[in-house]
Amino acid sequence: MRFSGAAHRYGRDIDTDVIIPARYLNSSDPAELAAHCLEDLDASFVSTVQPGDVLVAEENFGCGSSREHAPIAIQHAGVSVVIAKSFARIFYRNAINTGLPIMEAPDAVDGIRTGDRVTVDVDEGLILNETTGESFRAAPFPPFVKEMITAGGLVERTKRQLRKD
Amino acid sequence: MPRPMTITEKILAAHAGLEEVAPGQLIECDLDLVLANDVTAPIAIREFAKIGTGSVWDPEKVALVPDHYTPNKDIKSAEQAKIVRHFAWAQGITHYYEIGCMGVEHALLPEQGVVGAGDVIIGADSHTCTYGALGAFATGVGSTDAAVGMATGRAWFKVPESVKFQINGALRPGVGAKDVILHIIGLIGVDGALYQAMEFTGDTIASLGMAGRMTICNMAIEAGGKSGIIAVDDVTRAYMKDRTEHPWTEYFSDSDATYAKVYEIDAADIVPTVAFPHLPSNTRPVAEARDVRIDQVVIGSCTNGRYEDMAEAAAVIKGRTVHPDVRLIVIPATQQVYRDMMHTGLTDIFLDAGAAVSTPTCGPCLGGHMGILAAGERAVATTNRNFVGRMGDPASEVYLTGPAVAAASAVLGHIGLPEDLG
Ligand code: SF4
Repeated sequence: MRFSGAAHRYGRDIDTDVIIPARYLNSSDPAELAAHCLEDLDASFVSTVQPGDVLVAEENFGCGSSREHAPIAIQHAGVSVVIAKSFARIFYRNAINTGLPIMEAPDAVDGIRTGDRVTVDVDEGLILNETTGESFRAAPFPPFVKEMITAGGLVERTKRQLRKD
Repeated sequence: MPRPMTITEKILAAHAGLEEVAPGQLIECDLDLVLANDVTAPIAIREFAKIGTGSVWDPEKVALVPDHYTPNKDIKSAEQAKIVRHFAWAQGITHYYEIGCMGVEHALLPEQGVVGAGDVIIGADSHTCTYGALGAFATGVGSTDAAVGMATGRAWFKVPESVKFQINGALRPGVGAKDVILHIIGLIGVDGALYQAMEFTGDTIASLGMAGRMTICNMAIEAGGKSGIIAVDDVTRAYMKDRTEHPWTEYFSDSDATYAKVYEIDAADIVPTVAFPHLPSNTRPVAEARDVRIDQVVIGSCTNGRYEDMAEAAAVIKGRTVHPDVRLIVIPATQQVYRDMMHTGLTDIFLDAGAAVSTPTCGPCLGGHMGILAAGERAVATTNRNFVGRMGDPASEVYLTGPAVAAASAVLGHIGLPEDLG
């Protein structure tokens, strides 16, 4: 999987309440959730994000609630991949399960600014900042997680397993 | 002989059919319960349909609790609740809780005996970690995990490292379980226990009742923890006896088990604590926060909405009245708490003081309904999160405390201690 887009960079402890505020959780429609993605943190995000763009953040991205509405909102807003110094546990799990590519790469986060053009190869764990010419490596996924991503997420993997049994 | 293991490792090994497990290992476990609420269940039900098993693996081991936007706030939330209700009917889900017998999920399920020691539980709600207070491994997951859990009765886990919090000594007067956990989160930060199982031990923990233990395990997620756990003792046994529906299994950490870290905490160092906006780790002593004027106080939630919490708040507010500039909203977490409050006179104490007493709901805790804050308003809440916009407008603020401080603050009109009431 290769993606290319502009970077949107934020700080640490970006919680799921700002990724998708609870006042919109009376719906589970992906388009509606995407329309309010990150609005309490950056009201201009939804209007500036373009398909393929890259979300960049510091430590503990996605902390707080278990709402899968958060990765859904990010994905349907057009974000292709999230690069962070670290992820909160449930968000990490939800992203893997739902097929939102994520990468843990502290150096890359320090080397990317909002507006930089970034190209990412998720399989290779490569991150290239086209604007500065710097490249970075992300921590490789454990084989189990890779298998999940290749299968197309947890539901697809489960379907395959059930067929085998 | 298997390697020495922590309580968490033992529970996971037993449910994975393995003699031993080690931190970092990826395993698949049999589940004892899968939980979802009116926000997370609709997505789980959508994903469940894609898997194609048609029916859930065991209708007695799925719990569906419509508690976040119920009684329904608006048409959209009514549609979400309807999806859950119809699924529960179609699947013959035994632990579906309709309005009238509903409560905040993490207060309700232990109270109703649905969870027990030694269980492995996943819930599509981050505060599922609450059930660790009963000696269970319980962790929050997303809707997709819940969907697969409902279909197969299984889930994948990375075995977490364990961190031990050894808390000894007598708590100072006026200090409760909420102060203990806020103190810990203040100490280690909101990602201080990221991916880890937080094990709470020591004579301070042993001295707490089940309500206090649930308050502590409830907020493990606020330190990034995968789970919180307290081993079974006589207090747990007394609670589960005649309550827990299924036989339970007790597990205990080996004395030579490995911990990523051990924190020794002296209970005497813990003071009444408040978490300032906008992180639960942003803690300060209540005594240093008296200049914060407030507009609203919420007493309730899965953290502090149990009877013991209500009694603690009522003891402070009895015979006093809520400050004229403050709205006090009291939300018993379950119907049982609601009923007990009426029978023992707590409801009258709150009503006499000028409080609104609500039917059980998550309501304002997540900024859903029943007490949303306007821009610039400040609330003291016995809940667990104070993120930007958590209880309403992004320019509002939430301060987290225990029930006694919340009640005192409601009377004072600013953050303060019960002894400030004179
Ligand atoms: S009371 Fe608050 S934290 Fe607890 S389950 Fe409800 S919304 Fe979540």
